[in-house]
Amino acid sequence: MTSVTNKPLTKNMPQDGSAVDLRAYEQAGGYQAVRTVLLGGMTSKTVTDAVKDANLRGRGGAGFPTAKKWSFVPLGKDAPNPTYLICNADEMEPGTFKDRLLLERDPHQLIEGMIISGFAIEADVAYIFLRGEYVQAAERLSRAIVEAYDAHYLGKNILGSDYSLELYLHLSGGRYMCGEETGLLNALEGKRANPRSKPPFPPVVGLFGKPTVVNNVETLCCVPHIINHGGEWFRALGRTDDAGTKLFGVSGKVKRPGLWELPMGTTIREILEEHAGGMRDGVTFRALLPGGASTDFVTEEHLDTPMDFTAMTKIGSRMGTGTMIVLDDQTCPVGMTWNLMHFFAQESCGWCTPCWSGLGWVERILQSMEAGRGQPGDLDKLASQAGMWGPGATFCALAPGAAEPLQSAMKYFPEDFERHIREQRCPWR
Amino acid sequence: MSTVHVDGISYQMNAEENVLHGCLSAGLNLPYFCWHPALGSVGACRQCAVKQFKDEQDQHGKIVMACMTPAVEGTRIAIQDPEAVAFRAAIIEGLMLNHPHDCPVCDEGGECHLQDMTVMTGHDYRRYEFDKRTFRNQHLGPFVNHEMNRCIQCYRCVRYYRDYAGGRDLDAFASRNTVFFGRHADGVLENEFSGNLVEICPTGVFTDKTLKRHYTRKWDQQFAPSICVHCGLGCNTDVGEHSGTVRRIVNRYNHEVNGYFLCDRGRFGYEFVNSDHRIREPLLKGKAISAETASRQLRDTLASGKPIGIGSPRASLESNFALRTLVGPDRFYSGMADSAAKLAALAIDILRRGPLRSPTLREVEECDAVFVLGEDVTNVAPRMALALRQSVRRQPIEMAKEFKIPLWMDHGLRDAIQDQKGPLYIATPYATRLDEIATATFHAAPDDLARLGFAVANALDPQAPSRGDFPLAGEIARALKNAKKPLVISGQSCNSEAIIQAAANVAMAVGAMLSFTAPECNSVGAMLMGANPLTAAFQAVKDGDADTLIILENDLYRRAPRADVDALLSAAAHVILLDHLVNGISGKAELVLPSGTFAESDGTFISSEGRAQRFFQACVPSGAIQESWRWLGRGSWKSLDEVLAAMATALPQLAPACDAAPSAQFRIAGAKVPRSPHRASGRTAVLADINVSEPKPPDDPDSPLSFSMEGAPTHPPGSLIPFVWAPGWNSIQATNSYQKEIGGPLRGGDSGVRMVEPTPFHDRSYFSEIPAAFEPREGEWLLVSIYYIFGSDELSLSAPGVAELAATAHVAVNAGDLTEGEEVEVRCAGGTFRLPVRIRPDLPRGVAGLSAGLAPLAGLGLPEWGTIVSLT
Repeated sequence: MTSVTNKPLTKNMPQDGSAVDLRAYEQAGGYQAVRTVLLGGMTSKTVTDAVKDANLRGRGGAGFPTAKKWSFVPLGKDAPNPTYLICNADEMEPGTFKDRLLLERDPHQLIEGMIISGFAIEADVAYIFLRGEYVQAAERLSRAIVEAYDAHYLGKNILGSDYSLELYLHLSGGRYMCGEETGLLNALEGKRANPRSKPPFPPVVGLFGKPTVVNNVETLCCVPHIINHGGEWFRALGRTDDAGTKLFGVSGKVKRPGLWELPMGTTIREILEEHAGGMRDGVTFRALLPGGASTDFVTEEHLDTPMDFTAMTKIGSRMGTGTMIVLDDQTCPVGMTWNLMHFFAQESCGWCTPCWSGLGWVERILQSMEAGRGQPGDLDKLASQAGMWGPGATFCALAPGAAEPLQSAMKYFPEDFERHIREQRCPWR
Repeated sequence: MSTVHVDGISYQMNAEENVLHGCLSAGLNLPYFCWHPALGSVGACRQCAVKQFKDEQDQHGKIVMACMTPAVEGTRIAIQDPEAVAFRAAIIEGLMLNHPHDCPVCDEGGECHLQDMTVMTGHDYRRYEFDKRTFRNQHLGPFVNHEMNRCIQCYRCVRYYRDYAGGRDLDAFASRNTVFFGRHADGVLENEFSGNLVEICPTGVFTDKTLKRHYTRKWDQQFAPSICVHCGLGCNTDVGEHSGTVRRIVNRYNHEVNGYFLCDRGRFGYEFVNSDHRIREPLLKGKAISAETASRQLRDTLASGKPIGIGSPRASLESNFALRTLVGPDRFYSGMADSAAKLAALAIDILRRGPLRSPTLREVEECDAVFVLGEDVTNVAPRMALALRQSVRRQPIEMAKEFKIPLWMDHGLRDAIQDQKGPLYIATPYATRLDEIATATFHAAPDDLARLGFAVANALDPQAPSRGDFPLAGEIARALKNAKKPLVISGQSCNSEAIIQAAANVAMAVGAMLSFTAPECNSVGAMLMGANPLTAAFQAVKDGDADTLIILENDLYRRAPRADVDALLSAAAHVILLDHLVNGISGKAELVLPSGTFAESDGTFISSEGRAQRFFQACVPSGAIQESWRWLGRGSWKSLDEVLAAMATALPQLAPACDAAPSAQFRIAGAKVPRSPHRASGRTAVLADINVSEPKPPDDPDSPLSFSMEGAPTHPPGSLIPFVWAPGWNSIQATNSYQKEIGGPLRGGDSGVRMVEPTPFHDRSYFSEIPAAFEPREGEWLLVSIYYIFGSDELSLSAPGVAELAATAHVAVNAGDLTEGEEVEVRCAGGTFRLPVRIRPDLPRGVAGLSAGLAPLAGLGLPEWGTIVSLT
């Protein structure tokens, strides 16, 4: 009997940093959900309904309802085949390391989630698209996939059922754009990781032109637990309207940088002060990026906001990946913004003009401000470029993601930007 | 159609299209880069941003890309919305950050889409203060120049080159604001349609390298609408000239024929006109004489002797007619080898019989199942190969419709289609470039190709006779039968009557359109005119019935075996040649008259489709060069219209060809159509310190075009468009304003008159002479022609760029005892040739290939049996 826990995603992870192997995973009740689904008479629809009932929303950052995404996939004998399930494990969002934990420490949890999700969308083939630098995750996943095949959790007629699934691990060549849903599809097809036109959306026209669902690691890892314990249990895990637990992380000059599985809707303050231990001695909190590089800064006044998809949007930011980067008073906000813009400029695929051109320009302006060569008109130029990165103005969400920290930095730290220009130097250097 | 509201005004737009297409079709100025009517929308450049409103109440609206917005009923957009105007200005600013300030030394300057769009959006000041990114440029071969610093990352080049034209060696490399568009390493662009990059690129990254060698700005060039002379397809071109030399060829849009694209032979083969081997003065026994002396000599020679005339499939109808008139119909002989003439006549007869018409190239693109029988399309009728690369997309696109992806949504469509291809079956003696997109191929000796064709017809209709069993026949038959628009392509490349007849049987059996390639620009015209067979001319001279030969624009060494031509030339007392270039005949002719090329003359060609089209003088020829018909008319006709009138009377079957273009009397608002764009430089002020009066422009009695920039400021008929221009649109993108709807027919009508149409009551009887199966012979090879886009065409071989890429004469065999590169002696058709060996495993057993049209192999009349003897 699986023990009901309030930390379903991390409960089995050994303390020594190693991965849960198949035996330990099964002993802890692992693959029970696969048996329930494949041998217990569940159908594609009942699995999807269970996930819908659990109100599971995508953990990649956008929070799209998972069951709804699945529901767009054509099912049945006449549906185009093969259908693909892809696990997006290309975790390249700056400051984000949550999927890494799940991949390195409990790979079977992901595989089980993929088998069940694959069953729900009648997938024939599944890929784990893994960030190339996650070498340890690659090793552990490879071993786990072999174990799962040997135990007949993967391959033809899984556990004697009618369902078959082939699972492959693919290591990314290494671009931020490979983590964008459609850029990932192009990359997996061996093409440039440029985003695709939508419509058509991947559930209809995806990998190799076939129906495809792309789900984040953490999302897929939630699925077995929903099957085991039901939607009501899952919903109850969250403190707010958003369901389940969430991996929250903190980096920056805090006492205990780290990653914790906490109820969805835990406040920023609680994560920052109770779990990360607050700021290091001698440094003062100024702001933080709540969910990776492509979310708006939030400040002291927002710290009591629950971290969930809805509440964070209301304060003008986003929960994103739920992994915070903290800015303190000893760090130059302009320098931090330059660092972020350098990343986004470098990772632009070069497809749409506002992104490839604008980010390069913004990067150069911030660089020159940091070098003490800021010009009076620079702030207008920065603002006008960020104004070109609204959703719809660009082709994909990369530049809109870059606009969030840039615009919010200029909103919350105008004096710091102006000082750089006025004093022709970076005051922190 | 749908009603779309733009800035508060209602427009009727094509509901199947996007808003950018609709706005441009309505004549509205909306800037764009990545979109192209032939390539569709991908939403990369974001330049065509407009404001879209949900409904009449919506006051805020949102920025959308016009190219990505369907023009559905009730769409409301604003181009003039201040936010949209500012957004477009900011996009141009972004594109211009790294763009060099080198317009004055850029070949694109003055006809640059980026210049036009920059002016249109009002961007005029660079706020970017940092270093510009720079690239290393590549050597891409003799045709296309590369200057990557000018790139604005619109992706049109790779989308055209890879997605549209099937090329593989041009790609986008790296990312962010440093994407590099080029090859993996320096080298000649492999694709036969690479020259279109020059027009696809909205700025000066890819420019015409042949133009660069004798550069003149567009506004300093003088243009004339023309027809390509390098194959039988009749692609429409504009010829750019300055100071008596041809500077370049530009695509002239014809919705039915070449659309937006030309092949590289057609675009770059023109340089033969400027060749050092041009015949520029009349020659009497090798010595230059005046035009008057030459005319007198011509008259005296004709008066004293018994003349006969040999016409030419690469000379205009008018010139052929002038020769026919001069010597009389009985003494007028075909300029084609007998076998070629016979096949051309057979093809025309079949097309007249029907049931279906020969397709235009646009219709070829729309066909959804194609069977190519005996033709190496890329090397014989190149532009048709580009069309076939579009036709293989038809069936997958049909399937993609269920995803409700609009057809203009290029990447969405390609994501859905992936590499699926519709049926294309290719049966040829050797592997061809299009094999890579074929469903299945069949490489065999010509007789076996014909037998396959007969078997396909039989599989479609048991009434059609067949001999032999071909497993592929059933598959091809099914593909054609299941298609909405099946197409059969054949021609004379295998020199086989049976192949043409087999193709006709297939087309009749399934009701397919039927396209026969034609080897030369006026092969069909020459056939429709009619002439005695060429061998009869040889006989007449031999028999003494004729002693004076007038040869019109024809190197007879390409029509008959060398020994026969030698005998003919020495037997004739007088040989008179009219031609452009020094060739085997010109050295032996008593009198040589310099005849104008397509660039220096006016005339009419009939294409393989059966379309009569007119070409016009781009330049007043230097020296004594004039149209062949003027030389031969000897003053009896004052203008082209008089020749045409005479031809219509003498040869009523050719009368419709007179309407290929308006007569010289045609005027728009009382004015002629100007050949020159409005000047934007001081070209007319060079001598201003001496004299400000301009010389009187030369008269042009032959066309409604003036040698001037003054004239009708409006859109002429399609056959009379010398260059495209519209206010604010100086680049080739100005083509938009000449079309009824973007990408559709021209406002003034697409040029050309169809001369070959099926008769309503066709004879459905099948051809039944089926050849026996090919049997390889011991110690002998069946020698067939292998065609080369660069090399097999006579005239373009005198263009340096084409010559650089041209194949060299060789014999190709399928392994055996011979090795690659070794010298062998090939004996066939009465000749002996020392040639290097090339191993081609795709050749059938017992069949060897000789390079077509390359010295010394021209004129052999293959296939022939021959021997190959190793010299090592």
